[in-house]
Amino acid sequence: MIERIRRYWTIIRRPSVHFSLGALTLGGFIGGIVFWGAFNTAMEFTNTETFCTGCHEMGDNVFVELKSTIHYTNRSGVRAMCSNCHVPHEWTVKIARKMQASKEVWAKIFGTVNTQEKFRAHRLELARHEWARFKANDSLECRNCHNYEYMDFTRQSVRAQNMHSTYLANKEKTCIDCHKGIAHRLPYIPPGEAPSDTPGQVVPSEDSRVLAPSTVSVATDAAR
Amino acid sequence: MTIRCLLWALGLVTSLAWAESPTAVVDFTRGPVPIPDSTRPPLLRNAVNDDARRPRNYDWQPPTIPHRVDGYQVDKNFNKCLDCHARAKTDFSQAIPVSATHYIDRSGKVLDHVSTRRYFCMQCHVAQDPVQPLVGNSFRNAAALNPKVTGTSQAKK
Repeated sequence: MIERIRRYWTIIRRPSVHFSLGALTLGGFIGGIVFWGAFNTAMEFTNTETFCTGCHEMGDNVFVELKSTIHYTNRSGVRAMCSNCHVPHEWTVKIARKMQASKEVWAKIFGTVNTQEKFRAHRLELARHEWARFKANDSLECRNCHNYEYMDFTRQSVRAQNMHSTYLANKEKTCIDCHKGIAHRLPYIPPGEAPSDTPGQVVPSEDSRVLAPSTVSVATDAAR
Repeated sequence: MTIRCLLWALGLVTSLAWAESPTAVVDFTRGPVPIPDSTRPPLLRNAVNDDARRPRNYDWQPPTIPHRVDGYQVDKNFNKCLDCHARAKTDFSQAIPVSATHYIDRSGKVLDHVSTRRYFCMQCHVAQDPVQPLVGNSFRNAAALNPKVTGTSQAKK
């Protein structure tokens, strides 16, 4: 047994003594493709709805709440899955998020939120993590579909026009500042942290709405 | 013999009445569809979302909601309506503040938050759908009937 291990170790330590350089290169190349493909396939599998809702913590709590919202049930049949909002699309950031998610595996193993009572107790903390993440990346996952540049303000309600043409246009606010709790139920939020509790924010008057197009053009110029 | 004849006649009349009843009953909310058949429900539409305040039809009518409220969360954790309409928030949101009467509990004590008996907004205030009423209504409010009581402004309409 030890003899066999020793023999393999000498091959692994200096493979070019035993195999041709071509075979090693080709083998490494094919092995690399297989590994890369398998790695990405496995990672994409963890982005599927079946995987996310496979555990009862997700399936019984947050997924149930999502089902009646516009992001899941709507007239056009476009659906935002868990990963569309909760996993970054870009590869590097996605890997970073997946590494963070190892803590969620830890929580799963030790049953941190394995009952509804425990989940409710942790809910505000969990929600704050997501709010902070959205705030930090300027609501990137919202903007993957809801692009400010493509919005037709004339199709929005007056209230929405007011807000979007000012606070969203001048980048003072990001989507999550106002649109909390649109896909899941909100936990009890302490005073001062509710969706409308965004400090210093005042709804623009009729006069400033007239000025709104100029702020929009300034914002888009800055973006370019 | 006469009693038997009467019973027969009664039986005939009731059976005729039974046979006619499915079509004879006219319910305006179902239309001309016979009771045993199922109706085709009207299409669901989006609620009115124009943000224009509608006048009240009578004194003390809870004002209607002039915007969509689909999926608004109103439970013990969070009240989406009060997130904009609470008196402390209207400075920011420019929404119509909740009436001061809603801050008084049933023993007459004034609170710094909405009274629990007023908490579920949509028990009284409702969004409106842009549909024709199924049943006609000739209701006119008191002011419209008697212009001397509250002035002529409403009566002119």
